[in-house]
Amino acid sequence: MHTQTVAQLIQGLRDKRFSSVELTRHFCARITELNPVYNAFITVNEAAALTAAAAADERLAKGDAAALTGIPLAHKDIFCTQGLRTSCGSKMLDNFVPPYSATVIERFQGAGTVNLGKTNLDEFAMGSSNENSYYGPVKNPWDTKTVPGGSSGGSAAAVAAMMAPAATGTDTGGSIRQPAAFCGITGLKPTYGRVSRLGMVAYASSLDQGGPMAHTAEDCAILLNAMAGHDPLDSTSANVATEDYTAGLEKPLNGLRIGLPRQFFGDGLDAATGECINAALQELERQGATLVDITLPHSELTIPAYYIIAPAEASTNLSRFDGVRYGHRCESPQDLHDLYTRTREEGFGDEVKRRILVGTYALSAGYYDAYYKKAQQARRLIHGDFMTAFEQVDVIVGPTTPGPAFALGAKTDDPVAMYLEDVYTLAVNLAGLPGMSVPAGLVHGKPVGMQLIGPHFAESRLLNVAHRFQQATDWHTQTPQTGGDA
Amino acid sequence: MQWETVIGLEVHLQLATRSKIFSGSATDFGAEPNTQASAVDLAMPGMLPVLNEQAVRYAVMFGLGIDAHIGMRSVFDRKNYFYPDLPKGYQISQFSDPIVGAGQFEIQLEDGSSKQIGITRAHLEEDAGKSLHEDFHGMSGIDLNRAGTPLLEIVSEPDIRSAAEAVAYLKTLHSLVTYLGISDGNMAEGSMRCDINISLRPMGSEKLGTRAEIKNVNSFRFVERAIRHEFERQADILESGGRIVQETRLYDADRDETRPMRSKEVANDYRYFPEPDLLPVVIDEQYVAEIRKSLPELPADKRQRFIEQHQLSAYDAGVLVDSPALADYYEQVVAACGDAKIAANWVQVELRGQLNKNELAIEASPVSANSLGQLITRILDNSISGKIAKQVFEAMWQGEDSADEIIEARGLKQVSDSGALEAMVDQVIADNAAQVTQFLEADDGKRKKLVGFFVGQVMKVSKGQANPQMVNKLLAEKLK
Repeated sequence: MHTQTVAQLIQGLRDKRFSSVELTRHFCARITELNPVYNAFITVNEAAALTAAAAADERLAKGDAAALTGIPLAHKDIFCTQGLRTSCGSKMLDNFVPPYSATVIERFQGAGTVNLGKTNLDEFAMGSSNENSYYGPVKNPWDTKTVPGGSSGGSAAAVAAMMAPAATGTDTGGSIRQPAAFCGITGLKPTYGRVSRLGMVAYASSLDQGGPMAHTAEDCAILLNAMAGHDPLDSTSANVATEDYTAGLEKPLNGLRIGLPRQFFGDGLDAATGECINAALQELERQGATLVDITLPHSELTIPAYYIIAPAEASTNLSRFDGVRYGHRCESPQDLHDLYTRTREEGFGDEVKRRILVGTYALSAGYYDAYYKKAQQARRLIHGDFMTAFEQVDVIVGPTTPGPAFALGAKTDDPVAMYLEDVYTLAVNLAGLPGMSVPAGLVHGKPVGMQLIGPHFAESRLLNVAHRFQQATDWHTQTPQTGGDA
Repeated sequence: MQWETVIGLEVHLQLATRSKIFSGSATDFGAEPNTQASAVDLAMPGMLPVLNEQAVRYAVMFGLGIDAHIGMRSVFDRKNYFYPDLPKGYQISQFSDPIVGAGQFEIQLEDGSSKQIGITRAHLEEDAGKSLHEDFHGMSGIDLNRAGTPLLEIVSEPDIRSAAEAVAYLKTLHSLVTYLGISDGNMAEGSMRCDINISLRPMGSEKLGTRAEIKNVNSFRFVERAIRHEFERQADILESGGRIVQETRLYDADRDETRPMRSKEVANDYRYFPEPDLLPVVIDEQYVAEIRKSLPELPADKRQRFIEQHQLSAYDAGVLVDSPALADYYEQVVAACGDAKIAANWVQVELRGQLNKNELAIEASPVSANSLGQLITRILDNSISGKIAKQVFEAMWQGEDSADEIIEARGLKQVSDSGALEAMVDQVIADNAAQVTQFLEADDGKRKKLVGFFVGQVMKVSKGQANPQMVNKLLAEKLK
């Protein structure tokens, strides 16, 4: 059962080949067996999942099942789940059990899914390797000596190791796409505002976006159908009509204009990874797409702009973790200052502290104009680059990452090298665009991803291109040797 | 040295929305601690603000009320500082693009003159919660009921020159926002709180001195006292050759002094930046026009109308338009009796006197405007004298029936029957021969004074019910 896609599992449930309880039990057994190896889950929700599965089976039996009734999913531990700990990978929230659920969680509940548990992540989604978790690093199922990527590393590893058929992730600078690439799965970061952020603990409010991670583009489309939509309780949620994201999957690619940004195929790109992307592009060309060389002239501003804006927003988003109302509080504080400083000193990890300090600095009087304001100007230029490009092309394609997964510990002492991992993904968040990562080959036995970028609200187009590509290739069906035989 | 006081005021006005500015929690005053605090107000992880449209509407109403530039695109910013009653660690406010830009209004001074005060800006923001330092045995309690209550911060230009002007400004502002219905203006409950920026300069100098800011003063009386105190303090320093330190001070009403706030209580870098959880607020001309059309008659216009239409003095008009309820009451009395001047007198003197004595709002007056109008009608048609009318009013205030019924039941109707009056006048003249002689020997000037004695005697005989005009006329005829 674990090798099947969500689309196949839906059919299997309808055809009564297995029940939701059987399915849930099966995935829980795989989690029990494999999680000690990969550390993909922070919290397993087995008892509640089985209860929900039993309820789903009743609905299936009665014939009033919703689209995803009975499908087990894993959720990144940054989506608040009522009554179930939501840690954000941080000691700060190790004891935090939300009295409410994120809109995304409620929508999935409404659609009938079963929550298997909460997946590991870089603390507060800050990281590109999942090594910044209070609960320890996640191991890449393709090679446990390498990182799964981050920050949605737990979700990516859980899907890759088939501990869950699909999972939710969040993407602020590449946190869905990069781990999807490293773990050989398909991930979609929707347009900013397409998916509600309510109940999704904020890292950088103007960049954060939730999205699906699964084996196929079709599964991502099915999950996006449940996730997407306007939320009046999230003021930045777009009041733009949703569509059936599965409807256009099969459309032929004849006449599709694909833009290849010069800046995405330059020096920093690993040669073997570049070859995989070129081979993938040939396949798209074979299906009728035309390749167009384009330029994104302000690309070099991407990393500096991102690493000012994201920490600036994070530095104040994380001010609420002060030990006063919930979460970690230091032992016997002497006074208010002691309460704040020790609580935050103890509760946050190094990378979170680094970004709070950088962000605080960037917003400080006397530096605001030089940093934050400049970064916002750069952001507008980057956005403008994409808008110009989309006058000539329908979709932009390139590598998701400069290379395949790197070794655990390889970049932990060099934050800037770590930041460079996201060189191709960050701009998409700065411009608020939808982006996908699709498995496009193996380099020394490790997966690499092809990134697809579309205009705002063009999720269907990206899913269409990805799906057609997956109809002609089998990279997305390749699985790591997990040793799991449950 | 003669010093000129230069004052600018920042007023935090609590808007009368039913729910908070960024959450659906109620804003009622006096609820049990933390019963009006939702997950948003508590800044629970993942919670997001949603702007209350009514707060925007109220801010625009205020802007139109002071003829200000309305910010068609205003932006919310985060003002960052740590404090336990500020759950998010930042206050959502407006910094560079406020909803209301420059405007002005006219204040009325006690001497009847008026003065224009410039308004720099007014912006929307959320209130913080309350820290309670007593009753928790060395710990502090946090009540977040108030956290997220919508505030309009109204910043004046440094156009105010005295404590009296500051109070007049606040009273005018209070009157305006009450008319607009955008705030209950209840200062005791903190609906209007004031920060005072104050500096001194030698009289005649154009250059501004160094200012001190006095935080969170919450009554007209305290504003006046804080300014007077601060003037003395700064003048003493300057006259002894010292320099004013720019700082934030606190007014301690119990000790009647200002003292510097501890530096820990004052953050110096708020790291303002645009709030990424909210979109800019964009309003259009149509929205503003629709609000403009719905505005009530404002106090300044009403005062002008009262002066013209009811022939009132600027002072009387100012008193009567102070609150919309009082102005409405007055106009109802006028409608019922037809005499604007006497109505103004009665409302201002008798009615307000009783209201103030009993600490009642006009809305709670036991005498309705129609009843008072009816009473005045009886003075006008000579059924009773003004003096008797006061007795009747007293009875009405105590809850007795209408003026007519009281007059009837107590037999207070004025005696205008010339036969009966003539008999009384004759009797008084007969009983006071000595005074009559004195009167007849006096010159015209003295006679005017002495006639009062006879009038008084007749009134006494008539138990106050004699028609004074007729008594005067009869006396003039008889005492020749």
